[in-house]
Amino acid sequence: MSLLALPASTLAARVKKGEVRAAHVVEESLARIESENPRLGAVLHVGADAARETARRVDDDVSRGIDPGPLAGVPILLKDNISTLGMPTTAGSRILDGYRPLFDATVVEKLRKAGAIPIGKTNLDEFAMGSSTENSAFGVTRNPWDMTRVPGGSSGGSAAAVASAMTPVALGSDTGGSVRQPASFCGVYGLLPTYGRVSRFGLIAFASSLDQIGPMARDLGGVRAVFEVIAGHDPRDATSSIQAPAPARTGPLRVGVAQELLSRPGVETAVAARLEEAAQKLERSGAKLVPVTLPDPDKAVATYYLIATAEASSNLARYDGVRYGLRVPGETVESMMRLTRSAGFGREVKRRILLGTFVLSSGYYDAYYVRAQSHRALLRRAFLKIFEGVDVVLLPTSPTTAFAIGDRTEDPLAMYLADVFTVYGNLAGLPALSVPAGRDAAGLPVGAQLMAPPFGEDRLFAAAEQLEGTGV
Amino acid sequence: MSPRFEAVIGLEVHVQLATRTKIFCSCATSYGAAPNTHVCPVCLGHPGVLPVLNREAVALALRWAVAVGATVPERSIFARKNYFYPDLPKGYQISQYDRPISVGGLVPFRVDGTVHRTRLVRAHLEEDAGKSFHPESGREAATLIDLNRAGVPLLEVVTEPELHSALEAEALLERIHQLVTYLEICDGNLEEGSFRCDANVSVRPSGTTVLLPKTEIKNLNSFRNVFRALEFEIARQTRVLEAGEPLVQATRLWDAGTGRTRVMREKEEAHDYRYFPDPDLRALEVPAHWIENVRRGLPELPWDREERLASTYAITFDDARILAGTRALADYFEAAAQAAGDGKAASSWVLTEILRLYKVSSDGWSGVRVPAAGLGKMVRMIREGTISGKIGKAVFAEMSETGQDPETIVLARGYKPISDPDQLREIVAQVLNEHAGPVRDYLSGKEAALKFLMGQVMKRTEGRATPHLAQEAVLAGIEARRSETSP
Repeated sequence: MSLLALPASTLAARVKKGEVRAAHVVEESLARIESENPRLGAVLHVGADAARETARRVDDDVSRGIDPGPLAGVPILLKDNISTLGMPTTAGSRILDGYRPLFDATVVEKLRKAGAIPIGKTNLDEFAMGSSTENSAFGVTRNPWDMTRVPGGSSGGSAAAVASAMTPVALGSDTGGSVRQPASFCGVYGLLPTYGRVSRFGLIAFASSLDQIGPMARDLGGVRAVFEVIAGHDPRDATSSIQAPAPARTGPLRVGVAQELLSRPGVETAVAARLEEAAQKLERSGAKLVPVTLPDPDKAVATYYLIATAEASSNLARYDGVRYGLRVPGETVESMMRLTRSAGFGREVKRRILLGTFVLSSGYYDAYYVRAQSHRALLRRAFLKIFEGVDVVLLPTSPTTAFAIGDRTEDPLAMYLADVFTVYGNLAGLPALSVPAGRDAAGLPVGAQLMAPPFGEDRLFAAAEQLEGTGV
Repeated sequence: MSPRFEAVIGLEVHVQLATRTKIFCSCATSYGAAPNTHVCPVCLGHPGVLPVLNREAVALALRWAVAVGATVPERSIFARKNYFYPDLPKGYQISQYDRPISVGGLVPFRVDGTVHRTRLVRAHLEEDAGKSFHPESGREAATLIDLNRAGVPLLEVVTEPELHSALEAEALLERIHQLVTYLEICDGNLEEGSFRCDANVSVRPSGTTVLLPKTEIKNLNSFRNVFRALEFEIARQTRVLEAGEPLVQATRLWDAGTGRTRVMREKEEAHDYRYFPDPDLRALEVPAHWIENVRRGLPELPWDREERLASTYAITFDDARILAGTRALADYFEAAAQAAGDGKAASSWVLTEILRLYKVSSDGWSGVRVPAAGLGKMVRMIREGTISGKIGKAVFAEMSETGQDPETIVLARGYKPISDPDQLREIVAQVLNEHAGPVRDYLSGKEAALKFLMGQVMKRTEGRATPHLAQEAVLAGIEARRSETSP
């Protein structure tokens, strides 16, 4: 059996005991990437030399009796919008082709200190804008369960890599579902942490008030182990929280079930059926099911796209060809900037910059941005109210299973609706976990989503434990 | 200007806060480094970086707010001001917008003895941009960018538009400059751009309250230029109105070389900055106890110090204003006045000799070698008759070279006064013998002759004769000769 099939924590334990050498794990991972990636297109860059060097240091530590940390020798892939020293970081965009950061993201620093081995960078929708990983300047990523289908997005590369056992764990980023939805499409676990729980320093910004880095893994323990390593206050991120995790709850779990979402048009019957089964399974293991009504998902999606595009239009202004990245020469500085941005950004990114610029324009700002923010505040309050009566909420991660490559590329609105159940967490700043919950008739994975109040990640893990084994 | 029209002027002053590091990263703020050496991924706007607010910048802004009596809201917000410019690394400037740190307040100042109290709209924190250069020669036409200044903290002070002349605007700007240096929140260096000003001006028929299209004048890098640019612009707008032509709202650039303003952009070209709260920064919360701490740490403000100097040292208000001009000068004066026990006498030395030394000093106050206590002691010695005013000048000259204590100089140079009555009588006798003519003149009623004879005594004693004793001796000598010459 491949070492890569082991849960991350088991692997780390073996490396720490000296039963398995990190160097060997890294070689297996490199070989797996080499054999699987040509057909999947999940990985954009492999840092083989640095990974081998790191593995050697981990093994040295072990041989000298030094604890290399909780993720000793665990190879990990990072979404390519997470800054890494020694490896390019492109955000899937031509405008950053060849860009090499001058620093590691805080999460990468933490992973290295925990003994993990960053081994490469994964494909994504350009600047994390998309739900299918078709918007990358460096090619599409395919779903390991069906090569004609998308892996979801924007962290599709990380999801496909973990599902195909290139590494036991990977990092994605989630702005409106970008960790959870691909996790769901690829049959793995994916966590959106509470906003502020994980430092954003080094994460290339899409929408700053919504972005969070989150772990993905084939097992719940892997997600949890990586989360515990990367979480915590970071003085380099003013929005990172100093608040302590919510205390664990005793007594039977109260699960809010958003029944009426399941009968929404667009929700596939297999998805609804798997969710019913998940609810029953929770009930069988002692949970109390409580019907809940969630805020209008269509309004949430509209709110999300107003805020996300507004912030994106500003966050992406820095890519102007002046200091780094692509530069297309022009007659004047202004024309250079215009030509660079025209050539460097893809269609979806341009569409969102235009939308966001419009949202923030004088005369429209109050009608769109301000209104969206006040709706966002209402939404958060509604969820906090719901969590007065339940510990977690259960709902689908995505209304559908993985769709076919090319299916929605000409219909941005259909693509945006893929986020209908995931934007809640980002808008309200709540943690949410996508859990494998079985398959549809075509054998494609279905994901169940658990949401909890702020800093309630432990509740998500507790609830997800009850669902373990339902998956693929 | 024509009495038919009046000017309405408001100022926007950019005060570079004297922090060691930039407002959102830990790069140095010091001026004059090689281009692009005080930069890091944060102020270069690299992908993935985040701003972290420098609390020192907030502390300095609070000093301003408390000093001018402004309100500090419990929460203020940093916004993004979006526009593309090659020396603006992120494509937006982080700047407080509709929720600034300092709201209201006022700055009192004087023009020709009249006190004005100009109200402030606000003061807000923001980051500076970099600098672009457009060299005309070189390998090819290029734009060069230096980002050392990008991210340097600024406090932008905005006054109400309630000034009515170029002279008032200049005086207010000088007052604001004086205040920020008193508060030690800015080094006040105009040449290095630490203190910059834009002025908004419009002209309207006198006695009305209409607001006609205004001009924003940029590039005013000295007090004099503020005055000149406003004079020019007021005259220009007045001519346009008198000719019955319409005014156009515009941003104009002052050219000190030609003494004119020229259009930079007109209203139609105005930017839409798409302000919105920066999601990377939390609201800035300033608790009341922080403000209280700032209040306790404030120095005496310039307008208070002027009043106090005038009343405490019995000097004229005009002299007090000059002496309170900077904290260093005022401190110097007060130390000298206290050592002298005579504010008036100390002030005349400080206002003339010390200011002269300061003006020729190449390194500010440290180039003025006369210690304030030493000057005061010397003034006291003159007042008490220990030395004459003339010797005082010589002692001062030496103090300004060596910085020595006046008593040491007096001893070393033998400037000891002659006050022994016998010795004085002898010297006076010699002088009177040699100048029989003036003695006769005095006796015949020409009192001016006494001054001449005293001068001769001083000349002979190299100024060391104690003046009042010498005069007694001269008068006694003359009286003695009256009886000799009378029949």
